[in-house]
Amino acid sequence: MADKLRAQQQLEALQARYIGIGSADTTKHEWTSNIARDSLSSYIGHPPMLQYMSIGLGQPREKTRVQLLERMIQPVGPPPKVSWDIRRA
Amino acid sequence: MAGPRAGKKSMANGSGGQNTSSKQSLTEAFDKDLYDGNNGVEKYAGYNMSIAANEDEEMQDAGELNGRRLVGQYTASKDMLNEFAHGDTAEDDILQSREQQAQIASRETGYQRRRFDRRLSPDRADPFTKDGANGGVAYKDVMKERELEREEVRIKRLLEDREKKGNEVLDHQPTLKDGATVTDGNKTPPMEKKRKRRRWGDEEPTIKKEEEEEKEEEKKVVPVAKKKSRWASSPVPEVKADEPAAAAEPVRSRWDTTALPSSGATPAPATNGARPAAPMTFAFGTDISARNAPLSDEQLDMMLPSVGYKILEPPPGYEPVRRPVGMPALPTGYQGYLVPEADNSLAMMGKQVSTEIPGVGDLQFFKDEDIKYFGKLTDGANENEMTVEELKERKIMRLLLKVKNGTPPMRKTALRQLTDNARQFGPGPLFNQLLPLLMERTLEDQERHLLVKVIDRVLYKLDDLVRPYVHKILVVIEPLLIDQDYYARVEGREIISNLSKAAGLAHMISTMRPDLDHQDEYVRNTTARAFAVVASALGIPALLPFLRAVCRSKKSPNARHTGVKIVQQIPILMGCAILPHLKGLVECIGENLNDEQPKVRMVTALALAALAEAASPYGIESFDDILNPLWTGARRQRGKALASFLKAVGYVIPLMDEEYSNYYTSQIMEIVIREFQSPDEDMKKVVLKVVSQCAGTAGVTPVYLKDSVLPEFFKHFWVRRIALDKRNYRQVVDTTVDLAQKAGVAEIVGRIVNNMKDENEAYRKMTVETIDKVISTLGAHDVDQRLEEQLIDGILVAFQDQTIEDPIVIDGFATIVNALGERTKTYLPQIVATVLARLNNKSATVRQQAADLISRITFVMQKCDEDPQLIKLAQALYEYLGEEYPEVLGSILGALRAIVTVVGLTAMQPPIKDLLPRLTPILRNRHEKVQENTIDLVGRIADRGADYVNPREWMRICFELLDMLKAHKKGIRRAANNTFGYIAKAIGPQDVLATLLGNLRVQERQSRVCTAVAIGIVAETCAPFTVLPAVMNEYRVPELNVQNGILKALSFMFEYIGDMAKDYVYAITPLLEDALIDRDQVHRQTAASVVKHVALGCVGLDCEDAMIHLLNLLWPNLFETSPHVIDRIVEAIEGIRNAVGTPLVMNYVWAGLFHPARKVRHPYWRIYNDAYVQSADAMVPVYPQFEEENLRRHELEIFI
Repeated sequence: MADKLRAQQQLEALQARYIGIGSADTTKHEWTSNIARDSLSSYIGHPPMLQYMSIGLGQPREKTRVQLLERMIQPVGPPPKVSWDIRRA
Repeated sequence: MAGPRAGKKSMANGSGGQNTSSKQSLTEAFDKDLYDGNNGVEKYAGYNMSIAANEDEEMQDAGELNGRRLVGQYTASKDMLNEFAHGDTAEDDILQSREQQAQIASRETGYQRRRFDRRLSPDRADPFTKDGANGGVAYKDVMKERELEREEVRIKRLLEDREKKGNEVLDHQPTLKDGATVTDGNKTPPMEKKRKRRRWGDEEPTIKKEEEEEKEEEKKVVPVAKKKSRWASSPVPEVKADEPAAAAEPVRSRWDTTALPSSGATPAPATNGARPAAPMTFAFGTDISARNAPLSDEQLDMMLPSVGYKILEPPPGYEPVRRPVGMPALPTGYQGYLVPEADNSLAMMGKQVSTEIPGVGDLQFFKDEDIKYFGKLTDGANENEMTVEELKERKIMRLLLKVKNGTPPMRKTALRQLTDNARQFGPGPLFNQLLPLLMERTLEDQERHLLVKVIDRVLYKLDDLVRPYVHKILVVIEPLLIDQDYYARVEGREIISNLSKAAGLAHMISTMRPDLDHQDEYVRNTTARAFAVVASALGIPALLPFLRAVCRSKKSPNARHTGVKIVQQIPILMGCAILPHLKGLVECIGENLNDEQPKVRMVTALALAALAEAASPYGIESFDDILNPLWTGARRQRGKALASFLKAVGYVIPLMDEEYSNYYTSQIMEIVIREFQSPDEDMKKVVLKVVSQCAGTAGVTPVYLKDSVLPEFFKHFWVRRIALDKRNYRQVVDTTVDLAQKAGVAEIVGRIVNNMKDENEAYRKMTVETIDKVISTLGAHDVDQRLEEQLIDGILVAFQDQTIEDPIVIDGFATIVNALGERTKTYLPQIVATVLARLNNKSATVRQQAADLISRITFVMQKCDEDPQLIKLAQALYEYLGEEYPEVLGSILGALRAIVTVVGLTAMQPPIKDLLPRLTPILRNRHEKVQENTIDLVGRIADRGADYVNPREWMRICFELLDMLKAHKKGIRRAANNTFGYIAKAIGPQDVLATLLGNLRVQERQSRVCTAVAIGIVAETCAPFTVLPAVMNEYRVPELNVQNGILKALSFMFEYIGDMAKDYVYAITPLLEDALIDRDQVHRQTAASVVKHVALGCVGLDCEDAMIHLLNLLWPNLFETSPHVIDRIVEAIEGIRNAVGTPLVMNYVWAGLFHPARKVRHPYWRIYNDAYVQSADAMVPVYPQFEEENLRRHELEIFI
């Protein structure tokens, strides 16, 4: 009981710092959103990668960057309806 | 504990009595009921059962004749006698029982104990609720009540005064005529001249400790009741009958403080102020009322002739006032003697107090006092017939009892339940039970801590529901703010801070405002502190307008005083965080520096001092406005007020820049120097502080100090009396050191050096300590030839003439010798001769000190080329290795080590080959100091001169060292392990290893662990390939302990050798393979930690294939649940992840992240999270592909 509580607290503390970590209760939507955001920020964070993509897309690097940034809002669409989320119950 | 205790009967029902405890008293007879008869008749009734504690004061000295002594008698003043009775310097009373010492109340000062005078106030209205007032008392009512209380105290004081002056009942003087003008509706008591002087004038002044200052006020509030002697305590009937209100209360003895049984639904402990008719005891022979009682009919019959006389009928309407003969006058409301709680059903429980309470389980303890609060739980009532409210009450009671008295796991669950259900229980039922518990007199630290914790948690949950109870909580929590215990103060602050966040500023102010001019100083003081906490919680700016208003209150000087006090407490609490608001705070109290009330002026000066101290070294511009009033004020004040002003001055000066500080210092120094001669302790303290502060500023020149300050300073403070004064001693030493910073070493040391030869030992020590501090900070460069001689001469005298051996002198000696360096050469023969003589002394401490001194001065001796002298000392020390006192032996070994260090092993006499065999038996000594010093010496020899000794001797030492691995002190174990490494290096690893491997079979865990460490060290020092074959061979021994030890040794070894591991990975893999599929989980655990270290050692060194192989073996262990095992497994996987790269390991992870079984998902997510935290970026390329359109990562498909 006590261990579980401690583990829970540790997880919460960790999650406060690293938003992308998950637990046994993480849903697919949460996880895929995090994956998408991490990927996008990784592309932006590696300038050669960003450059490569921009050339491929045929547009300036800055434009690609802004596009990628904007896609971080709900990257995989809105969260599913609550009724769908049985696992939470 | 359980079961009835004979002889406990009379105590058991006296619950709440101060001296009762749940344990059997040692002084009490077990067979009391046998001899007492126990038939309700007290055997000693009529005798004086208590000896008053302060009786001696009243007792006349026997030798007194006609009020004049024949022999002159001199005794210490009461101040001196009681010096160590309380306060900071208090010493524990060894006669007090253990559990009494544990009680918080037993170590409180009188002032702190005044918390019992406060009562829990009724609920307050919460104006923020929808319907406005929810039945509680409104702000207006509280203010009115306070007004009434003040008026009451004023009247009482007037009456007392009049009584003191004599019986003036007939004079009918108008009370408001004598001097005091009460015209502007001011309701505060008129201050009388005489009283004023007494309070702030000649009484023991205090600056720093507010508490003591407050104590005096306490004296003043109940002067009559305190001073009355026991003999006067039985009131004279006539007075009583006429004006019972004015009659003085009898002095309470320890016997009549028993708390009375509470009758209400929620038990409230009896408080000091609301002491209901406590049973009074009358001392034998002190009761004179019998003589004044009316004569009985029988007595009259005997006295008067019976014939010729007639007994007349009393006239109609006449009611004689009769009291039974022999009974003293009784207080109103007295209903006959009752054995306390005798008829209370709960008291019957008291006899069979057990730790087993129905529905609670077995508690850690259950005290008699707890019955008062938790007795309800044991009444066996049927819970099915109760209302919801009653059930709730019992539930809370049970949970609180579990928290307070339960075992740790019980406490934990109960606390959680209380927290989770706090809102369902509601604030009312919770606090009505919780707060009285905290007011209990016999509360102990642990219980208080737990209960306060409950409040804290509950507060968090209740949030604004708590409003009506804010004042009640404050009454209970405020005393924590002035507790001696640091942690209690912190706890108190935290609660009040949370409380103010929950209730909001407006409510806090309206709740605490009435207490700001409360008639009781204790309440005002604690409220001020609480307000400071509120300020720190809600921000100073929010509170500043209110503070400004309070500090300028025209109506009440008490409110102004408290307001300024709040401002004083804020910097003490918040430190430099006040800087942004410094100007506001200073402006807020600036005007009070010229207040008409002296005590307000004083506290203002103190507040300024606190502000300046917190702001240092910034913020002088905020103080600009008050500089002038402060300095002119300092000229005008006297006594205590002057001390506080000087204190403020002392703290403001260091903030100024050079020219200003120069000017302002010269303005004030005159007064400071004048006050050097003040006999007042606190003035001394302040003056010393101010001098060191002024000396520290740039504006004060050395010449000025030398010419005008130093002569006076040394004249008044460097006297023998100071050395004996525990409190001022330190301050004088520190100030002298501060002065030396400016005035120079030679100047200061030259003045005091001769004191080292003073006849007074304490004075010598004080001088040595000062010189030690001065020289260690400033060096001995400007010490000339003459002073040098004086120094050495003095320190030698001080060293030799010690009667109580004290490290201070040794430290001083070492400092002087080390500071003089090569200049010591001329004096060394003399010093060595002294030390040698003292090594032979019969007192153990003298020998120990001599040896200690050697180890401190060897470095300098070597620098002076005095190697022959060192050798001489070493030879002497060698002779004394047979020393029987372990402390001394340790010091001798330490000295030898110091000599060996500077002389070197080759030049050492006696030669190492003779010295080491003498050390081998000493290794067996169990004393820590001896062990530490021998192992250090042996290790040093093994490290640098192992070849001076033959290998057989080293092997012998190896065996002895194994025992040292069991030592408690970590340093010893570490030194022993290192020594194994040195020895192995010197004589080759084979023999040492054989010894160590053999030691793996022992039972003791610590020893095995240390052996494993030692093997690791040997492997590291002698290269792993010399050790690994033997170690791996030993793994074949079919014994669990040995195999585990081997794995552990491997783990340490790989930890130490780092990337050398690469060469041994393939060699070790089969062994690890075997260990990782063992059935024993500890085995797998240890193997996992080996894997971790191996993997971390070969990151990026091309061992991926072996690592993947190990990972495959490790992975199934992921489902272990034992915390140690799973932690090691996860760490090993992390290690491998680092060695083979994140993507490879992630392939294992994807499979289980969304497994249907939570038991599977859980560890997989743990691995995922660890990978994410450490290398999220490396995971991006390998995230799985999804079928859904919106989840795909199109960017990755771009190809040029």
